[in-house]
Amino acid sequence: MTAELVRGQNHALPETRLEIRVSAGKPVVAGATLNDEQGRMRDAGWIAHPAEPQLPGLEVSRQAAAEHRLAVDLDALPEAVHRVNVLLALPTGVGGPTSFGAFPAPFVAVTALDGSPVASYTVTGLDAESAVVALELYRRQGVWKVRAVGQGYAGGLAAMLHDQGLPEAMQLAATINEAVAAGLARAVAAAPPSAARADRPARPGAASPAAAASPAPASGPASPPASGPVSYQHPSRRPAPPQPAPAPAQPAPAGSPPAPVAGDASGWSMDERLYNQVWSMFEDMARTVAAYRSAVDFADSRREQELDKVLSDPRTRVGPVADAARDEARAKHARLVEQASVVLDRDLGQLVAESAVVEPALPAAFARWDNPVWQAYEVPMEVPMALRLGDLTLPERSDLRIPMLVRLPLDRGLWIDSGRSGGSVESALVGSDELRRLAAETAVAIAARLVAVYPVDDFTLNVIDPAGSAATSLVPLLESGALRQPPGVGASGVNEVLAKLTKRVDLVQMAVRSGATESLPPDLDTAEQLLIVHDFPHGFDDRAVTQLRYIADEGPAVGVNLLMVADREEAQAYGPVLDPLWRALLRITPVPDDHLADPWVGHAWTYEPPLVPGGSQVVPQVLQRVATARQAYGRR
Amino acid sequence: MTVNMSKGQAISLQKSDGASLTAVRMGLGWQAAPRRGLFGKRAKEIDLDASAVLFADKQPVDVVFFRHLVSDDGSVRHTGDNLVGGAGQGGDDEAVLVDLQRVPVHIDQIVFTVNSFTGQTFAEVENAFCRLVDETNGQEMARYTLTGGGQYTAQIMAKVHRQGNGWQMTAIGEPAAGRTFQDLMPTIVPHL
Repeated sequence: MTAELVRGQNHALPETRLEIRVSAGKPVVAGATLNDEQGRMRDAGWIAHPAEPQLPGLEVSRQAAAEHRLAVDLDALPEAVHRVNVLLALPTGVGGPTSFGAFPAPFVAVTALDGSPVASYTVTGLDAESAVVALELYRRQGVWKVRAVGQGYAGGLAAMLHDQGLPEAMQLAATINEAVAAGLARAVAAAPPSAARADRPARPGAASPAAAASPAPASGPASPPASGPVSYQHPSRRPAPPQPAPAPAQPAPAGSPPAPVAGDASGWSMDERLYNQVWSMFEDMARTVAAYRSAVDFADSRREQELDKVLSDPRTRVGPVADAARDEARAKHARLVEQASVVLDRDLGQLVAESAVVEPALPAAFARWDNPVWQAYEVPMEVPMALRLGDLTLPERSDLRIPMLVRLPLDRGLWIDSGRSGGSVESALVGSDELRRLAAETAVAIAARLVAVYPVDDFTLNVIDPAGSAATSLVPLLESGALRQPPGVGASGVNEVLAKLTKRVDLVQMAVRSGATESLPPDLDTAEQLLIVHDFPHGFDDRAVTQLRYIADEGPAVGVNLLMVADREEAQAYGPVLDPLWRALLRITPVPDDHLADPWVGHAWTYEPPLVPGGSQVVPQVLQRVATARQAYGRR
Repeated sequence: MTVNMSKGQAISLQKSDGASLTAVRMGLGWQAAPRRGLFGKRAKEIDLDASAVLFADKQPVDVVFFRHLVSDDGSVRHTGDNLVGGAGQGGDDEAVLVDLQRVPVHIDQIVFTVNSFTGQTFAEVENAFCRLVDETNGQEMARYTLTGGGQYTAQIMAKVHRQGNGWQMTAIGEPAAGRTFQDLMPTIVPHL
């Protein structure tokens, strides 16, 4: 039975492989964007559009048409995807209508693979809009549902993509428009060539067999098709040519793996290559250890089964035959485990060698505090792509530290757990006062890193320290001027800082939604904001907690992030209202603790915070250089 | 040089110079058979799915298919689901890449299967093949054609298994019925 949805209504989806049919009176572009749980597109790859029609689990048409069929396999989508927005847009520059108000309301239907309808929606009430999010398929408590949205954008695709948090919305919208224009310019709508399948490598850097066999379709912001009637490319602006790749490794003697080289991954800049390489190493280590653990588990279970079999037969339970069978089972176990550890040592040895060349080559934002690159620190001119939040290790090889890199700008806040809820050995060894001190130190180390890797005046720190208990840890930030306003102290200080940031979130959000970013008040600080809340919930009343939750929910989309230093148990008086807050934050610990899971296999990785080595003056030095640069720019 | 394999034939995955293979690709390609309907020649879309089941000592340990594209150890990778098949161009529509050197030591057999997810039988599929390619140089080593597609919806294509220090491939070509690889388990077991 079909559910005819009205705007805002939702409907459960019976299965995960679906087709979405679109019919409109005029040719429209149909596409789909993927959003994470914050409703943001992670990057420009999270959209299926005519120039890039296939993503894992998603396929859209290659051209504008009055009828579309989109294929969706919700199970094949990346885990991080929580929402699929089905969007319609009017092609520009081809002489068609320029707003949805000019022709009858488009109709979209969700159907099963056999064509039986599930839900349908007529996108009514559109006027001057030229792009519209028609439906969203979203994940709610593990179940996928569809909702009729009908959110239109008079600013077209660019405004829509920007609304979903994509900084390169303009370029992407231009790419899509060019691809559509190129498609419409063809006299006959050709069938999509079979070469453009979605068989991309699972991770950057892996070899793609299809790319070698067939010419890849020209797509992506870097190389827009040139055949469209209108070029949206700025005439004097060319995409930056990729930096040359590092020289290939010296041919290794036959039989041994090639010597590792730093930057041995794909990317447009050295930083991007190193970032991809670090993630490849992370994945390789996760998978290598998974292979070892599964082999050992299998050997264990097989030995148990074989021993059980010997015991279960009364005739063979005792005597020399049984002993021989037991010995044989144990020997088989030992052989398999031995083989598995040989392979593990070989693979981890290679990763250790790779780590040894990669670590010294890392830029400051990716490097540990003890890396010499921090001694030669210069204030950067642009925001780096990622930041090292600490190190990750597995017990199989605890000297192999994988940098934990998170993308900038941060897409979620951080929570430094100053409590013992993790229950790790390390947190039991240090006293609770020591744990609190380390938590404050970790917060300062991360804040200092963020201040240092952003260009001058692109990053503002705010601190709430109601009891003043982090005063000693905050000294380097205050002395160097990295922290411009003194920490908010007491209930009034809490309210003042929160009110300021709530206003900042409100204003920027309103401006972005209405497309009026130029009418923001001139005294508004447009820099990325980080709010450090020390000793939560000390000094917070109900209203302040509500404001904090608002900032946590709405802030990341407009560049305001939280860094909480808190013990979850102390906030229990607020009951379950704070649970979404903890879940929205990335939990890290001031002492090594194995609580972070990798995205591929789900091992429990031990996280180590980016603390400064004892006695090192690197943080004050770096912050001093930031302060000098600020003065040189003529601002405080 | 391609070996056209017949049912049950086994080939060793040693190279001619004695070095063993490091990476192979099991490619699956198909084309929907044209039906003569009311509107003349029209092809209906068919969704075939390639899967690989990893066995250790005859027990299934891991599986790579369109919902689990990479085995946990990373040695077996599926290139992604193709819902409609090729336009008959002869290329692989779905492929499973196996890094033989990284396959965990306890995995001794990898079985490749094909299922018709949309339920059409292989009688409606044309030009379906499964082939084994040396991923290091792109050379096709073996090809198995799904000839005489009959009234069945799945096929167990082939297996690669450990032989001494290297690997060997055996063509199976056993028809079966089922939507996904889970339905095929009873049919797979006799071939291990």
